[in-house]
Amino acid sequence: MSAYLLLEDGTRFEGEACGAPGVAVGEVVFTTSMSGYQEAMSDPSYAGQLIAFTVPHVGNYGVSAAAMESDRVHARAAIMRDAVNDEDAASAEGAWLDWLRDCGTPGITGVDTRALVRHIRERGAMRGGVFPGGHDPAAAREAIAAEPPMEGRDLAREVSAPAMVELEPIGGEAGGPTIAVIDTGIKNSIVANLRARGARLELHPCTTSAEDLLARDADAYFLANGPGDPAALSYVVDTVRDLVGRAPVYGICLGHQLLCRAVGLETYKLPFGHHGANHPVKDLITGRIEITAQNHGFAVLGPSGARTIDHDEPVRWETDFGAAELTQLNLYDRTVEGLALRDVQGATVQYHPEAGPGPNDALHLFDRFVAEIAGARAARSAP
Amino acid sequence: MPRRDDIRRILVIGSGPIVIGQAAEFDYSGTQACKVLMEEGYEIVLVNSNPATIMTDPGFADATYVEPLLPGPVAQVIAKEKPDALLPTLGGQTALNLAKALHEDGTLERHHVELIGANYDAIHRAEDRELFRATMSEAGLRVPASAIATSVAEAVAALGGIGLPAIVRPAFTLGGRGGGIGRTREEFERIVARGLAASPIGQVLVEQSVLGWGEFEMEVMRDSADNVVIVCSIENLDPMGVHTGDSVCVAPQQTLSDQTYQALRDQAIAVIRAVGVETGGSNVQFAVNPATDEIVVIEMNPRVSRSSALASKATGFPIAKIAARLAVGYRLQEIPNDITRRTPASFEPALDYVVTKWPRFAFEKFPGSDAGLTTHMKSVGEVMAIGRTFGQSFAKAMRSRELDQAVRVPDDEGALLDALEVPGPDRFDLVLEALRRAVPAATIEARTHVNPWFLRELAALAADPEAPFAGERTFRAVDTCAAEFAAETPYFYSGWERPAADGAGPAHEVVRGERESVVILGSGPNRIGQGIEFDYCCVHAAQAVRASGRDAVMINCNPETVSTDYDTSDRLYFEPLTLEDVLAVCALERPEGVICSFGGQTPLKLAAGLAGAGVPILGTPVEAIDLAEDRGRFGTLLAELGYDAPPYATAHSADEALGAAPSVGFPLLVRPSYVLGGRAMEIVYSIEDLADYLDRVDASVAGGGREIFLDRFLEDSIEVDVDALCDGEAVWVGGIMQHVEEAGIHSGDSACVLPPHSLSEEMCARVADWTAGIARRLGVIGLLNVQFAIQGAELYVIEANPRASRTVPFVSKATGRPLARLACRVMLGERIADLDLPEDPTGGHVSVKEAVMPFDRFAGADALLGPEMRATGEVMGIARDFPTAFAKAQAAAGAELPREGTVFITVTDGDKVLAGALASQLHDLGFQMVATRGTAQALSRMGIPVETLNKIPEGSPHVVDRIEAGGVDLVINTPTGSGARGDGWEIRSAAVARGIPCITTMAGGLAAARAMRAAREGEPPVASLQELHRPAAAAEPVA
Ligand SMILES: Nc1ncnc2c1ncn2[C@@H]1O[C@H](COP(=O)(O)OP(=O)(O)O)[C@@H](O)[C@H]1O
Ligand SMILES: Nc1ncnc2c1ncn2[C@@H]1O[C@H](COP(=O)(O)OP(=O)(O)O)[C@@H](O)[C@H]1O
Ligand SMILES: [Mg+2]
Ligand SMILES: [Mg+2]
Repeated sequence: MSAYLLLEDGTRFEGEACGAPGVAVGEVVFTTSMSGYQEAMSDPSYAGQLIAFTVPHVGNYGVSAAAMESDRVHARAAIMRDAVNDEDAASAEGAWLDWLRDCGTPGITGVDTRALVRHIRERGAMRGGVFPGGHDPAAAREAIAAEPPMEGRDLAREVSAPAMVELEPIGGEAGGPTIAVIDTGIKNSIVANLRARGARLELHPCTTSAEDLLARDADAYFLANGPGDPAALSYVVDTVRDLVGRAPVYGICLGHQLLCRAVGLETYKLPFGHHGANHPVKDLITGRIEITAQNHGFAVLGPSGARTIDHDEPVRWETDFGAAELTQLNLYDRTVEGLALRDVQGATVQYHPEAGPGPNDALHLFDRFVAEIAGARAARSAP
Repeated sequence: MPRRDDIRRILVIGSGPIVIGQAAEFDYSGTQACKVLMEEGYEIVLVNSNPATIMTDPGFADATYVEPLLPGPVAQVIAKEKPDALLPTLGGQTALNLAKALHEDGTLERHHVELIGANYDAIHRAEDRELFRATMSEAGLRVPASAIATSVAEAVAALGGIGLPAIVRPAFTLGGRGGGIGRTREEFERIVARGLAASPIGQVLVEQSVLGWGEFEMEVMRDSADNVVIVCSIENLDPMGVHTGDSVCVAPQQTLSDQTYQALRDQAIAVIRAVGVETGGSNVQFAVNPATDEIVVIEMNPRVSRSSALASKATGFPIAKIAARLAVGYRLQEIPNDITRRTPASFEPALDYVVTKWPRFAFEKFPGSDAGLTTHMKSVGEVMAIGRTFGQSFAKAMRSRELDQAVRVPDDEGALLDALEVPGPDRFDLVLEALRRAVPAATIEARTHVNPWFLRELAALAADPEAPFAGERTFRAVDTCAAEFAAETPYFYSGWERPAADGAGPAHEVVRGERESVVILGSGPNRIGQGIEFDYCCVHAAQAVRASGRDAVMINCNPETVSTDYDTSDRLYFEPLTLEDVLAVCALERPEGVICSFGGQTPLKLAAGLAGAGVPILGTPVEAIDLAEDRGRFGTLLAELGYDAPPYATAHSADEALGAAPSVGFPLLVRPSYVLGGRAMEIVYSIEDLADYLDRVDASVAGGGREIFLDRFLEDSIEVDVDALCDGEAVWVGGIMQHVEEAGIHSGDSACVLPPHSLSEEMCARVADWTAGIARRLGVIGLLNVQFAIQGAELYVIEANPRASRTVPFVSKATGRPLARLACRVMLGERIADLDLPEDPTGGHVSVKEAVMPFDRFAGADALLGPEMRATGEVMGIARDFPTAFAKAQAAAGAELPREGTVFITVTDGDKVLAGALASQLHDLGFQMVATRGTAQALSRMGIPVETLNKIPEGSPHVVDRIEAGGVDLVINTPTGSGARGDGWEIRSAAVARGIPCITTMAGGLAAARAMRAAREGEPPVASLQELHRPAAAAEPVA
């Protein structure tokens, strides 16, 4: 059955319907990751978005429970050049398109995704929708226009845990730290990596107040990844502001943006975001370059409001909480990828050290986070 | 760290002649490396014995030595040029081994030469299989269980812990030579015995088999700051057990989940770190159990490789270029990505297309050899195709192969399934056929272990071969980043896409510009008879086109080559060389003209079709090409010119051939029409022989309806090859080459000498004169190659090819005149008079070209030279005199002539007189003679001391026993011409198996004797091309 993808600027791509029948509208983004389609679809950070996969064949090795990044699909649709519905791989517990159908998620295949990507690269990410072939184009245009733009959107609230969840460690040494997570849509891989290092986790709804969080007396706070515009989450930012300085605060992706906003830095929308598994990020402290998993549409402004940083230097600049030091830099477009607070304890990265999908180069960051938290706890409990 | 300033001059070692397992990909990587290092301001000293390479063009180094890749000559180069560093990672196994040897014998230390790119220890850890295994275990990586054995008994004992089937790998042989898979106890013992014999230290590794697991390769790069990136993953469609070089492969990998892929990636990084390759590229091979995702490491190559060339072409990430920069101190981040220009090389390419590589085989040339694919490589070339989907890329790769023999498919289903089970060159043709006949994929999977993902894709292709090509052809860029960034580098492929909704037409990404363009058609997959020489010519054409102010546009499908480096042309289209695909490019490019005459037979075959479609052909008109190829018309032309040719006839059936034979006269040279490299060409001495030949050939190659050519075979004649330039009127002879072996040995397999060593001036003048006459009469514009035979005082024309020939690079290197580039200028309208060419370009030195044969790869085939070409590559020796140049060429070809020892002679009766003369020379040089009875008697009569050996039927100890016991250093054996598997076959096979030089012609023997005499004068001096051609080189700067 035919289907089409319509963008808000009127550009239309033909294809065939697959997955669940129906309409899906949202922001159209593309990922250049060559594997990990199921992880992407179930990553809460993709809430509100339609994912165009640049890799031609999607679905090759089926789906499995182990590849879930949350308990459901968050992306609104999959846009593909050639969808595969195959469960021959030994690890497959089901076939990709059957799974999309069962999850109620539409897909479109046979699309000239490269032409689509070139269009988005030039015009920026935009709203769009996947529609069945017979769907009235005027109605489709209206549906797209009715979709609120990503800028200014609070999607975290929709994907956050409804109530606190406590998770015991599944590895590491006994007596590890307790980390309170503000759950704006945390990925399973992050949870697993922290638990594997001996951390006990408390996932709190993102609307939890600072007071309630402080009352937990956790050893550290962790700001999760998640969807939407960090500027629309002022209630979380306010909460975080009250936490900074009280215990170490760490953030990944949206969490990075939220911590940065909490200390007074600004965020902005990237033209078409970073979504992939091949961006080089340089650790400015060690000089090492890591190949990273990326998935974000917004970024943090650097010193004096600069979008890009020209030198590979760990520059420091003032924030509301003392000095921030630029610790990681994206070598593709020289945007901020991570920073550390030097006068209070806190550090963040924009990329995804937990991979899922993507390279494991930065997994060591979890070792560092957990060790620092343990160190801080020891210092605190020492007389 | 930026560029190192403490080194100034770098020695680069090439990989030598094209052999199976080490081919044109090293010219591609070496050329890239030399180019960037020169751009970086280093002085480059290059050694490579292969004249057909672009890297040995004088413009790519400050000093270029076409010398044998042996410690002696290279040490001389080091002493003379005093390089500060040696970069050994771009010349394959040959360069690595040589660097190791120069380190071990102290040469490098003595001359203060630093190894860059890979250190000695890392090379050792990767190359020594035991050390490698230990290193892997220490790094926590798994390898298959194995044991070392030095006898069959030990190997059998080791089987206890390993089980059958088992993999046998002889220690220290190149490219897995002598190894194999033992499936039964008996086969295992046989392979171990063979492996022990092949190993110079009599040792084999017996390894647990992981046959049937998936085979994956990862191309890894590391810089001096320990940053590591994976450039590309490659998945073999053929599972473990078929050498990666012989496997159909795709990039990127298709069947692994993200988790397993990342595990592979982590392990690849762990391997390069553990082995300790500090900077540069490495190839790591893995086996993955499809049922459990278990991973074992198979091997790593601490250097650029065939796979890295493939990965570079597949991704647009130029591994060799970057490896060279890393070796001189740069870090990945400091090197810009050529394609985006704005992002650094410290990233991993993202692909939004699928690449398929397909090997090209040549088993038909080695009757008697086993065409099964196994753990040692047998393919002679490869093609690559890019498509937006697997189906597109696989189907494009299939049509790029240019098979000259239809695949035979068993009619019976049982037989078909049995054929599938033993991997062979046609495996995927058979898989497709089985799918077409509705054999269930599960059955095929059980027989082949091909991953079901591929089988499902192939089933779709079998059901409708045109399905991938639905929609419109759209030219897309290879951009390393799946369109995330704008690409600057014009490297394109076509994919088929659903037409846009608004009917806007295909979304081509080609930016054509305003300049006129000239399309150059490459030569497709390397194969025997059409190799790197033609790629060399195409690259020169591109240089000439660019120098003329036009855009050079290259079309080719061979990933190994320099022509498919996107740096070589202004626009590269990686496409099959079929009429349809080429016309599609022409429709987009609207070129001023197309050059069809530089890429061998492949593009020439397209010329008529292109011309018919209204595409202008540059150079010699299509009509003239036809005139030269049509025997009747060409015969008439020669007759009109008053030039002699051997009597001939053309037959359209076996009966007609038998009828015509007597009037042509025996001996006869017979062959089917339109073949390259003398395929299926034989010499027959009687009508019975002819009948037998016709029977055999009719059954295989010629097929119905094709013509059969009969020529009088000119016995005992000297063959001469000429390459000339013609602008339609003026003719310039670029080089006259005299063959060492007599006519009847294919020109591609024969050694040849420039200038001729035993032709009179008068004869040379006549040769030049006739060449000019033919060129003018044909109306050649560009290159012409003419082959002659001289019998007694008579000159005969054998054939004329109005195109670039195999010898063009050799002549160019020998004379310092870039023939192909000059020819291209003529084709673009310049006159010969404008080119400032000397009448005689030969200079004061002698150049010898020697062919390199692949017999050691085709156990079972006769190691004999004949009119059918079987060489894979060539080397060149340059010296003041013929014997020294010949000795250098022999040494470079890997058949270094002995200085002393025992020569075994057995020759046909017709050769006995000459054998006497030859033996007495060898005797004077201090060699012992052994011979079979007849030859021994002939020698004794000449007063030469000789020991008589039994022929094989006379019982042990016989000649082969003696050869196998290591008691022979040189074999001289001329064939009886019976074609049967007699003693000669056994003798030559035994010699080839032990690497003993084996000379099969008297002319070759006499040349060898002279060469051995010259060698006693000590190591001949080395000379660079720049020294030899100083004035000439200055006259023709490289574009
Ligand atoms: N243990 C094994 N079991 C099955 N096949 C093997 C095994 N080891 C190697 N092979 C096969 O043999 C081929 C050649 O082995 P490899 O170690 O890569 O040697 P080379 O140096 O010739 O590339 C591999 O490509 C693979 O297909
Ligand atoms: N009439 C002949 N007499 C002797 N040898 C010949 C004759 N014709 C061809 N040959 C030998 O056969 C080889 C191949 O023949 P050629 O016509 O050149 O075919 P190809 O097109 O394969 O180069 C030649 O190089 C030469 O050695
Ligand atoms: Mg290998
Ligand atoms: Mg010829």
